[in-house]
Amino acid sequence: MFDFGKWTSAFNDWLLGTGMADWLAVLIECVIIAVLILGVYTVLALFYILYERKLCAWFQCRLGPMRVGRWGLLQVFADMFKILIKELISLKGTDRFLFKLAPYLIITSSVVMLACLPWGNGLQIIDWNIGIFFVLAVSSVGVLGILLAGWSSNNKYTLIGAMRSGAQMVSYEISLGLAIMTIVVMAGTMDISSLVLEQADGWFIFKGHIPALIAFLVYVIAATAETNRGPFDLPEAEHELTAGYHTEYSGIHFGFFYLAEYLNLFIVSGIASLMFLGGWMPLHVPGWDGFNMVMNWIPSPVWFLLKAFFISFVIIWFKWTFPRVRIDQMLSFEWKYLMPFSLANLLLMTLCVAFGWHF
Amino acid sequence: MSDLKQQILKIYPAAVFEEGEILQLNVAEKDWLAVAGSLKNELGFDVLSALVGMDWGESLGVMYYLTSTSRAWSVIAVKVVAESRDDAYIHSVSSLWKVANFQEREAYDMFGIKFIGHPDMRRFFLRNDWVGYPLRKDYDADPAINPIRMDDETDEDATRTFSLGGDGKVVEHPGKVFEEDEYVVNIGPQHPSTHGVMRFRASLDGETVKKVDVVSGYIHRGIEKLTEKMTYPQILHFTDRMDYMSAHQNRHCLCMCIEKALGLEVPRRAQVIRTMMDELMRISSHLLSFGCTAMDLGATTAFFYGFREREMVLDIFEKTCGARMSMNYNVIGGVIADLHPDFKKDVKELIRIMPGRLKEYHTVFSGNVIAKNRLVGVGHLSKEDAVNYAITGPSGRGSNWSCDCRKKHPYAVYSEVEFDEILLDGCDSYARYMVRMKEIEQSCRILEQLVDNIPEGDIRAQVPKIIKLPVGRWYQQVEASRGTFGVYIESTGDKNPSRVHFQSPCFNLVGVMDLTCSGYMIADLITIGAALDFVIPDIDR
Amino acid sequence: MGIDRIKSMPREEFGNNDYIDRLVEELNATGANVMVGKFDELINWGVANSLWPLCFGTSCCAIEFMSLGAARYDMARFGFEVARNSPRQADYIMVQGTIVHRMAPVVRRLYEQLAEPKYVIACGGCAVSGGPFKNSYCVVPGVDQILPVDVFIPGCPPRPEAMFYGLMQLQRKIKVQKFFGGVNRKEKIEEFFAEHPEEKGHIG
Repeated sequence: MFDFGKWTSAFNDWLLGTGMADWLAVLIECVIIAVLILGVYTVLALFYILYERKLCAWFQCRLGPMRVGRWGLLQVFADMFKILIKELISLKGTDRFLFKLAPYLIITSSVVMLACLPWGNGLQIIDWNIGIFFVLAVSSVGVLGILLAGWSSNNKYTLIGAMRSGAQMVSYEISLGLAIMTIVVMAGTMDISSLVLEQADGWFIFKGHIPALIAFLVYVIAATAETNRGPFDLPEAEHELTAGYHTEYSGIHFGFFYLAEYLNLFIVSGIASLMFLGGWMPLHVPGWDGFNMVMNWIPSPVWFLLKAFFISFVIIWFKWTFPRVRIDQMLSFEWKYLMPFSLANLLLMTLCVAFGWHF
Repeated sequence: MSDLKQQILKIYPAAVFEEGEILQLNVAEKDWLAVAGSLKNELGFDVLSALVGMDWGESLGVMYYLTSTSRAWSVIAVKVVAESRDDAYIHSVSSLWKVANFQEREAYDMFGIKFIGHPDMRRFFLRNDWVGYPLRKDYDADPAINPIRMDDETDEDATRTFSLGGDGKVVEHPGKVFEEDEYVVNIGPQHPSTHGVMRFRASLDGETVKKVDVVSGYIHRGIEKLTEKMTYPQILHFTDRMDYMSAHQNRHCLCMCIEKALGLEVPRRAQVIRTMMDELMRISSHLLSFGCTAMDLGATTAFFYGFREREMVLDIFEKTCGARMSMNYNVIGGVIADLHPDFKKDVKELIRIMPGRLKEYHTVFSGNVIAKNRLVGVGHLSKEDAVNYAITGPSGRGSNWSCDCRKKHPYAVYSEVEFDEILLDGCDSYARYMVRMKEIEQSCRILEQLVDNIPEGDIRAQVPKIIKLPVGRWYQQVEASRGTFGVYIESTGDKNPSRVHFQSPCFNLVGVMDLTCSGYMIADLITIGAALDFVIPDIDR
Repeated sequence: MGIDRIKSMPREEFGNNDYIDRLVEELNATGANVMVGKFDELINWGVANSLWPLCFGTSCCAIEFMSLGAARYDMARFGFEVARNSPRQADYIMVQGTIVHRMAPVVRRLYEQLAEPKYVIACGGCAVSGGPFKNSYCVVPGVDQILPVDVFIPGCPPRPEAMFYGLMQLQRKIKVQKFFGGVNRKEKIEEFFAEHPEEKGHIG
């Protein structure tokens, strides 16, 4: 596989070779990466909005956006322009500072998480030994944003939405963490790049067989809840709480929530592909050398994105198929079934690792 | 009939009977509460079918239509006249028939009749700062008195009860709807799940609903007042716009009521066409109900599936009636236009396709464990409550109450076709939902029997150019998509009616919101509302 | 000319081009510089193609609006898809059904809660003029009494095709509006509210 690390280190060498001070070179690299990340963020979010709309239309025997650009490809750009110029309403009786802070908290947490993903061979922005733990920690900042948004709007609907969201995300984070922990136990590392490299000889979902499969299922369910998507879209619950915690947000502030929702979908899918489907590792079948060669030719970022899109497809599929659960049903599902189940699964995985029952 | 008269005379020796279309009993106001109690408890008149506020010019009063489920659904009318016009009062029967709660509020709103002992005597449809009582004959409709007010209503929690003082004067006691420290969430009038402009004020304890206050009237268009200035053919179109999902049935009812008064014989071909249109309308309505229930529960895709089949029904309507909604198809004496040549073919295609599609709905939505968990056991309504609140239609039959007007008082050609009255004993939202789904099958069954047996002949009877009803009052009921729809017409022999009242099923449905929602979660309020399936313009009229 | 062109329907097929032409003339009279003009065009393109409705139906027209969203008519094709339940996030309010006295302050408030740029469509006979209920004691005879209406769609209820036609007219109207400088809609809205003041809220 082509190692993109060569390019990045060549660039670094070239910068240092111009006689520039170390700190300046690092600064320039940081700025370039920040711009790249924000660019990727926007493009991905726009892609996801279109992706979901088209998929949902497909599930519902419709066509979806068709008239703006060919096959509606420019639809999301129209939406973007519109949302950029929409008026930002500030309300009486709200906590102005927190009201304006909330969307930024949400968007920040998702940008940071985006930076942790393994984009390809050698394309890793934040990579340190507690990588996956860091991702989990940052994802909690997003909850704070939602809580603040609901609280500061001074509206009963948003408050109920925020409280639901808080309860939901705190609960499902446990299952999510346990599912990830199961894989960490197997891999023996929390470092994201090592996690991917560990899967060079087989994705974890194959290597870890039963416990990894269970962990994968638990992860997908918990991730759906984490991203507030149907059937767990209670914080927004359009038909109960109008628009949930972001009812009072307009213009680009609402746009941030909207973008972050789609980006979070990508991020949880990315983490799923990292933990279970080998990150950017191509699909190899032992013994099929020709096939494996062809697979190797496909660039690693494409692999990563395709896997993430696939998982997102499944999650979108959930949303447009299932009705919404009720708050008490959702919480009892987590605390009575999902969490004990994933704890037992963690134990099973530990046993497998201890006795060497995995591949 | 005379047997019933004897029994009534036994409980109320001062009874005065008036022979009309149905037996009418005149009761003096001072005896009314006691007589009502005996009528309900001793003679088994357990359903208050209609409560019609009246203004006879010199006096105000109320017409009650009582139905007895134990006496083969026989109906009697009771006329109660308030003693004075200026300070009109009548004793409330809301403790006997719970359905009277909102009905009496409506009568208070429209006529200013104070109901003694009513627990919550607020205006129902109009703003609480409205001046005058619109349905009184001497109402002043000057827009200067009641301009379009752009300020919000104040003091919404204020309510009152009335009692009778020692000197025979009415005494007012102020009260509050909600306590100061209750967490009241306002749902509506603009809310995605109220299916229109209904407004609920729900007092919450955490996410649990403690009490629901129904605030109606956000689409009260004053149809009953409008009818008083119009001729009979002119008032027909209002019925299509009340419960727009039961347009055919409602209009069928109004036409039948006028035909009954005129003694008009409707040609058989028209009868069959009307029956078929009613059933098509029912299918369309239940499909919409399915879609909206699914959407309110978050299963958006099921909504689109329901609408896909609904379009087929709308196509049939469009070809024959010329419109997708508000068809204006039934007229006095028959129907306005003959069937489209494609009608039989389209109906057969619909009948062919529906069973498979119903299975698909079950797979997509109601077979799903989440949907079941959301619907089963939610919004309990016992059979006794259903009778007491006069919850008819699929919602009543979901509580195992056999209340299908098509069986009880057969009209058109319903007595000749075979179909089952669907009864489920779940008493919950799931039962109500399932009754609708199964009724689609039964409607298909009726259509199947009729589609090849449409007789040739006229589609319309000969009617006089100017329709004048004889003096009298008539009450007619049909089974609309959401329950028993009743039309009351009182005529003074003119070409305009002197009073028309529409007894809509949804009005009663919304009356049980407080009962069914209390103790459930706020998310269930949406589910219960969706499963009861009320149409707001039908409530407000 | 031609800036009012939309992709979905050729200009010649619209019934009232003179109205749009007059609007364009009025705007051109004040002039605009090229940069601002191009920028306006881009923004107008965005706004016109991304009209998110506020879910607001009072009666029968709302059911036809649902049909408009359903598979046969599928308004998502034009980008009218994302029906928002919160007025803060919607672009236009389509008044579907009768507005009665009790509802009037609510509608006005909903309109005020919409974020600029915002549009009003009066859909159906009742919203246009009060329709069959015009003579009633508590019906607002046309929503234009209380809101600045951009497009009227007659019908009882209008067919989904008619609603599309109305929405396309709104798109054309948006395409010729000015976001920056010049006589723009905002001033006209302010004019409207100056003529229809709330002054303790009495109108009529």
